[in-house]
Amino acid sequence: MQSSNSGDVTYDDPWYDALASGWGESADAGVPPPRREQSTAAAADVYLEVQRSAAFQEVRSRYRRFVVPAVVVFLAWYVTYVVAATTAPELMARPVAGAVNLGMLAGLGQFLTTFLLTWAYARHARLRRDRAALQLRWDAQELARGRGGAA
Amino acid sequence: MTVDHQTSALLLFSVFVAVTLAITTWVSRRRQGSAEEFYAGGRLFSPMENGFAIAGDYMSAASFLGISGLIALVGYDGMLYSVGFLVAWLVVLFLVAELVRNCGRFTLADVVAARMRERPVRIAAGTSSVTVSVLYLVAQMVGAGSLVALLLGGTGEALRSWAVVGVGVLMVIYVSLGGMRATTWIQIVKAVLLLGGTVALTTLVLLRFHGDLNRLLHTAADRSGHGDAFLAPGLAYGTDWTARFDFISLGLALVLGTAGLPHILSRFYTVPTARAARRSVVWAIGLIGGFYLMTIVLGFGAAAIIGPDAVRASDASGNTAVPLLALDLGGGAGTLGGTILFAVVAAVAFATILAVVAGITLASSVSVAHDLYASLRRRGGTPRGEVAVARVAAVGIGLLAIALGLLARDLNVAFLVGLAFAVAASANLPVLLYSLFWRRFTTRGAVWSVYGGLVPALVLVALSPVVSGSPESLIPGADFQLFPLQNPGLVSIPLGFLAGWLGTVTSAEDPDAARHAETEVRSLTGAGAV
Repeated sequence: MQSSNSGDVTYDDPWYDALASGWGESADAGVPPPRREQSTAAAADVYLEVQRSAAFQEVRSRYRRFVVPAVVVFLAWYVTYVVAATTAPELMARPVAGAVNLGMLAGLGQFLTTFLLTWAYARHARLRRDRAALQLRWDAQELARGRGGAA
Repeated sequence: MTVDHQTSALLLFSVFVAVTLAITTWVSRRRQGSAEEFYAGGRLFSPMENGFAIAGDYMSAASFLGISGLIALVGYDGMLYSVGFLVAWLVVLFLVAELVRNCGRFTLADVVAARMRERPVRIAAGTSSVTVSVLYLVAQMVGAGSLVALLLGGTGEALRSWAVVGVGVLMVIYVSLGGMRATTWIQIVKAVLLLGGTVALTTLVLLRFHGDLNRLLHTAADRSGHGDAFLAPGLAYGTDWTARFDFISLGLALVLGTAGLPHILSRFYTVPTARAARRSVVWAIGLIGGFYLMTIVLGFGAAAIIGPDAVRASDASGNTAVPLLALDLGGGAGTLGGTILFAVVAAVAFATILAVVAGITLASSVSVAHDLYASLRRRGGTPRGEVAVARVAAVGIGLLAIALGLLARDLNVAFLVGLAFAVAASANLPVLLYSLFWRRFTTRGAVWSVYGGLVPALVLVALSPVVSGSPESLIPGADFQLFPLQNPGLVSIPLGFLAGWLGTVTSAEDPDAARHAETEVRSLTGAGAV
């Protein structure tokens, strides 16, 4: 399993030779492809098990509940901005205050919303996901080790 | 421009080259050879370091000189570029950075290949990554040639060609000797220099107008000869419907392309965890956002202080607006301050080009070695072999880029950059998002989505007015123009997504539930990440 790789990486380890990105392979995997089958079977069970667990589904839905609406909102806002700027320049030229017009405000608004969404995402991930994800990571690796074969 | 500017600019160029070569030698002194080291710099950079390096990879001379020059010439429409380049980072932050760090090892193909039959997927993703990188590289090389010639005051073809060759040779040295570690440090040094230079110039512009932005904008509008229209969209793109659709297409390519750029994706592997990848993107968004805000001030500042006519007289595409602005802010031509500021700006622009091309060359040589070579060679090579191939590939790509850079030197740089983003958004982004988020995605879907985005993007460009059918085309004599837009993104990006969906629903193969579970669990938790 990968756990051993993250622990004690040997720089000239043999799995560079294999095409695979090293998934589900044991650290002593110096032998060509067939070896994948055996240890992958155990690892696959582990991942299916983790995927079905309530803890994982909670992490996944927290991620999706933030990301899906956020992506829809910022893409819609950006596309509206670009389309408005190219097809309705008169609207964008409407003055607001001094030299600042609606277009300027919208452009700076794009910068502002980007910064705000970045901050909100980082905060959400730190407070709502990081701890649970780390716990799941250890659980998955422990589980894989328990199955033998892997670690 | 007097000889003085050029001598001091050359001196600063040389200092930068010497420093970067010293970094490369120092880095390559030890820890040679391993793939982890060469491709990912040992994965031990801090989020702040990586954030600066990402910003260094992303802020090209095209943004520093090109966007501010465009704003100086056409006002508001230049700003639209800055917005697209920045908003694109939200796609990277939300959908790509952490998950890719958790799932892959060195390249985009790693993420996709983990769920699929490896060989076809790796060859497809490797091919599109190399194509995107080479397009982007040629854009930078062409920019380097004209920029160096411009800044050194010469207009001769010989100087241009030597600049392209010189940049190519330097980038090959950095990459093949120093790998990711040297490249990253060069990006960091460059990002600091570029941001420092931009902050200094912005401060001087604001001081000139006593901090009164309103007066700055009014002066710019007055001097432009367009009045208030200069501060609103429409001067560059709003002329007819083809131009409008072209800009919408470009806007789409910019916002979706960043997340598919191979040299950006490979930066996430230089930090130890997904959390560190997220924090580096947050750093990068802060730096890049601040930078683009300052280029807006510099652009309108150049319009207000130098005037669009003087800018256009020096260079028709506006690339010299910022150097001219620096000369004026320092006290004018012939003064010590003017000379120094001009030289600093020229050296910063040069450093920018060198760092960006080094980053792209590295990413494409990794794709060649880790994806293409590893899939196509006969079994039984040595693990060391792959890094050796990557070093050789860097030399090959360097030569290719020099050759193409010399051939394509009359192409518009902004067009080439837009094209690279469009191809990245059409070929790389759909396959990446499907692999990460779609349970039923299959090998055929993956291969179709890569080629289904890549081929239309390239074919549409071949059929566009850029290649034939108008006096400014590559082949002015011929006319096989069928597609009206210069940027293919509006059509090819949806095609990439469509092809991936079509390939998946028509494939006989059942999706592998276990490997999807593995991708999903790994991408969100980091279990088993290297």
